[in-house]
Amino acid sequence: MPSLKDLKTRIESVKSTRKITKAMQMVAAAKLRRAQDAAEAGRPYAERFNAVMGGLAASVGKAEGAPKLLAGTGADNVHLLVVMTAERGLCGGFNSNIAKLARAHAEKLEKAGKTVKVLTVGKKGREQMKRDYADKFVGHVDLTEVKRVGYDDAAGIAQDVIKRFDEGEFDVATIFFSEFKSVISQIPTAKQVIPADFEPSEDSTVYDYEPDEEEILADLLPRGVATQIFSALLENGASEQGARMSAMDNATRNAGEMIDKLTIEFNRSRQAVITNELIEIISGAEAL
Amino acid sequence: MADTMQFDLVSPERSLASTQATAVQIPGAEGDFTAMPLHAPVITTLRPGILSVTSASGTDEYFVSGGFAEVTAENASVLAERAYAKADLTAEIMEELVKDANMQRDASHTDIAAKYADDMAAAARELGF
Repeated sequence: MPSLKDLKTRIESVKSTRKITKAMQMVAAAKLRRAQDAAEAGRPYAERFNAVMGGLAASVGKAEGAPKLLAGTGADNVHLLVVMTAERGLCGGFNSNIAKLARAHAEKLEKAGKTVKVLTVGKKGREQMKRDYADKFVGHVDLTEVKRVGYDDAAGIAQDVIKRFDEGEFDVATIFFSEFKSVISQIPTAKQVIPADFEPSEDSTVYDYEPDEEEILADLLPRGVATQIFSALLENGASEQGARMSAMDNATRNAGEMIDKLTIEFNRSRQAVITNELIEIISGAEAL
Repeated sequence: MADTMQFDLVSPERSLASTQATAVQIPGAEGDFTAMPLHAPVITTLRPGILSVTSASGTDEYFVSGGFAEVTAENASVLAERAYAKADLTAEIMEELVKDANMQRDASHTDIAAKYADDMAAAARELGF
C-alpha cells in the first residue's frame, strides 16, 4: 500500500498532466478552426480545377500521344507511395492510421509482385514506415519548419514527384492522407495521382481551347498533381488538429477520473491511519 | 441579354474575388482578350500579366502569375497559381517572382519554363518594376 505522501505526489502529478492535456486540447481547437478555414478556402480552386481537368481528360482521353501523366507509362510495375502524416505526435491514431493503410497497400502490391517505393511527408510517417520499408525509401520531405502549409510547399513536393516520374523511377503514384470528416472522424484515404485519375465531368459545354488541348494538358497536369497534394495537405492539417483535439479531450477526462480515484484512495488511507492511531491510544489507555 | 457575368478569381489558398462583372480582360497565353457576357466557351492558359475586371462598382486590377481561365456565357473563372491585387504588388514580390521563374528555367530547361521566365520578366518591365 502506497504511503500518504506517495499518493499526494501522484495526485499532484496527474493534476499537472491534466493541465497540459487541457491546454493542448484548447490549442488544437484554435488551430483546427484555422486549418478548417484554410481547407475551405482551398476548396473552390480544387473543385474548379478538377472539373476543367475532367472535361479535358475526357476529350483527350487515353488517346495515343496523350501526356504520360494522364495516360500512364503503360506499365504498373513500380509503385510510389507518398505517405503524408503530421510532424508531431500526441494526436491519437492519426499518424498510425495513415501508416497502417499505406502498409496494407504496400503489402498487397508486393504480394502481387510489384515493386514498392516510399516517399514520406512528415516526420511521424517516416518513423513508422522506416520500420518495415527502410530499404524502399526514396525520400522524405520535412515540413517541420513550415508553420502554415502553403501552395508552394505542395508544388515543391509535386515537382519532386514529377521529376522522379520523368526519370522513369515509377509507374504509379498514390498519396496517403487523412480526409477530414469531423472532429471525431478522420478517414485515412489513398488517392492515385499519377496517372491522373479525374472524374469525367458531366458538363457538356464544348470549349474552345487556347492553345490546343494537348498543350493545355501538358501545362495543367503538373499543376493538377500539385493541387491534389495541396488539398491532401490541407485535409491532413485539419484532420491532425481534429484528432489531437479529441485525443487530448479523452486524456483530460481520463486524468480527471484518475484524480477522483486517487483522491478516494488517499482519503481512505488517511482514515485508516487515523483509526489505527485511535486504536493504539485506546488500547494503550485500557492497558493502564 | 445578360449584362453581367459571374467572375471568380481563385488561387489555391483562397478566393480573391467573386463579383458580377461586365467585362474581364484576361492575359491569355496566346494574347490578351476581353471576356464579356455571352462569350463563347473557352479555356485558356495564362501568362503573367494584369487581369482587369470591370463591374458596376468600377475597375479592379489584379496581377496573376499564371494558371488558366475558363470562360462561358455566364461565367469567367480565373484559376491563378499566385494572384495579387495590383495595389498590393510590390517591387519585392515582383523580384521574387522573377527570381523563382528564372530558377525554374535553369532547373528544368523546358520550353514552358523558359517561356514563363521570359513572360515574367516582360510583365515586370511592363509594370515598371
